[in-house]
Amino acid sequence: MTQLSSDDVRHIAHLARIGMDAEDSERYQKDLSSVLAYFEKLEELRTEDVAPLLHSTGLQDVFRQDVARSADSAERTQILANVPDTKEGYIKVKSVL
Amino acid sequence: MIRELHQQLVDGSTTALRLTEKYFAAIKEKDAEIGAFLTLMEESAFAQAERVDQKIKKGEFVDLLAGIPCAIKDVLCVQGVRTTAASRVLDNYIAPYDATVIARLKAADAVMVGKTNTDEFAMGSSTENSAYQVTHNPHDPARVAGGSSGGSAAAVAAGEAVWALGSDTGGSVRQPSSFCGTVGLKPTYGRVSRYGLIAMASSLDQIGTLSHSAEDAAIILSRIAGHDPKDATSAPSGDKRYEDYLTGDLRGKVIGVPKEYVAEGLDARIKEKFYAAVEKFKNAGAIVKEISLPHMEYALATYYIIMPSEVSSNMARYDGIRYGMRSDDRADEEGSVYDVYCDTRRYGLGAEVKRRVMLGTYTLSAGYYDAYYRTAQKVRTLLRKDFEAALRDVHLIFSPTAPEVAFPIGAKTNDPLTMYLSDIYTITANLVGVPALSFPIGTVEENGKQLPVGGQLMGKWFDEEGLLNAAHTFEHAQ
Repeated sequence: MTQLSSDDVRHIAHLARIGMDAEDSERYQKDLSSVLAYFEKLEELRTEDVAPLLHSTGLQDVFRQDVARSADSAERTQILANVPDTKEGYIKVKSVL
Repeated sequence: MIRELHQQLVDGSTTALRLTEKYFAAIKEKDAEIGAFLTLMEESAFAQAERVDQKIKKGEFVDLLAGIPCAIKDVLCVQGVRTTAASRVLDNYIAPYDATVIARLKAADAVMVGKTNTDEFAMGSSTENSAYQVTHNPHDPARVAGGSSGGSAAAVAAGEAVWALGSDTGGSVRQPSSFCGTVGLKPTYGRVSRYGLIAMASSLDQIGTLSHSAEDAAIILSRIAGHDPKDATSAPSGDKRYEDYLTGDLRGKVIGVPKEYVAEGLDARIKEKFYAAVEKFKNAGAIVKEISLPHMEYALATYYIIMPSEVSSNMARYDGIRYGMRSDDRADEEGSVYDVYCDTRRYGLGAEVKRRVMLGTYTLSAGYYDAYYRTAQKVRTLLRKDFEAALRDVHLIFSPTAPEVAFPIGAKTNDPLTMYLSDIYTITANLVGVPALSFPIGTVEENGKQLPVGGQLMGKWFDEEGLLNAAHTFEHAQ
């Protein structure tokens, strides 16, 4: 059975950018391990020669022009109104590095 | 019901304004107990109703949906209206644009009364998992409405809206329809544009309808379906009037009953209602035969790999930067943007959402992708082949919608795996992309309450009219 360690959980939380405390970590360890154990069901099947399904109705190769569209000031105001912190019309964030 | 109301509007026996007043009165009377709505759109609804009445007065053409009050699941963007996905992280989000389905409803002059409750980001099967409130089943308020489109199903069942839009990733339109006694349609993957639908699992998500009859579902689908350049996965499809295909004739149609769906785990009372419905289909002239979908037992594990994987990718956008909540435990000058991401997601997202993001992050991570996601996509091919084979011999596949009736509030909240089993019959249609519909086939009595039971029809890719006509014929058969 797949049993996740607390280090595994910490690593996943880092990849997922989810902050957690020790209690959360313990709960995820238990919950995720039990769901992963359920996935072992699929090991009963032979899938070596099966192609993965990439689109359920078989649609493929849909292209469009990648053209920038400018927003008018009303649209810009609506979009910026949803930003948690702005400065002079820009999105304000903490240092990235 | 839509056609009758439309007739009354056109012949002057009622007005859109009176209709809208009536539905808001019902919301005010009942919704404190039901909890179907998160946001009401009273002002815009009455303004829209007035416009429709003006048009009718002037003798202008109005669409079948014009002036008819409807409800919108709060995962669809309506410009200028709060759109939360029932999550704290979007508590103050005002959508700056309309989803394509919303733009189409506006073009049809539909009256939107409000945004309905859902499990957070549509992740759940009971609408208990909303950051705001639990939705109660109108047939028995001690029970869940089902989910995740539980607010939409309850609003329609309680008479707070004539019909509603929902979204269906693994049964989220059909299972609440089964629990609340409504007709719930999940169209073929790509039939309806997903532009403006807050994404959960993009290869499975599809917008669906909740209504009182198959004819209503057909009328709504005709208005929201069709190709949209803004959704690259939307299917090229002609303008079809689905309501024109409701012939009420099922003679000679072959309906398959998959033996895997009526096996262990199914409530005996539902089984009885299901076989009574099979007889009714036979009496209407359909030919019923047993079929097999041999990989059915692998569907749930497949779904619970693919769905969280895609969820983990889609939820990455809730990082506290461009919209929604931003949370930061540190003082202004301390820490980096990394801490903002972690704190925002820790406090902004609920337990089930985080569980799925964690699971999906793991199944997509280096070294595990092949074992989980790629294997699941292969099993998905096997499931699709099962459906291709079955649908060569039969026109439609009939099963119960859910293995149970609406369960008591709180009964399953502590065990995610038991909750997941509620979707056992519905997830496969999403995995393989076929259209599926839940419709009422009876009720069972429990503690003096009549609890609805739903039957599910699945059909060939893009054969929504086949499903709708079968359910329509069933509704009118003896």
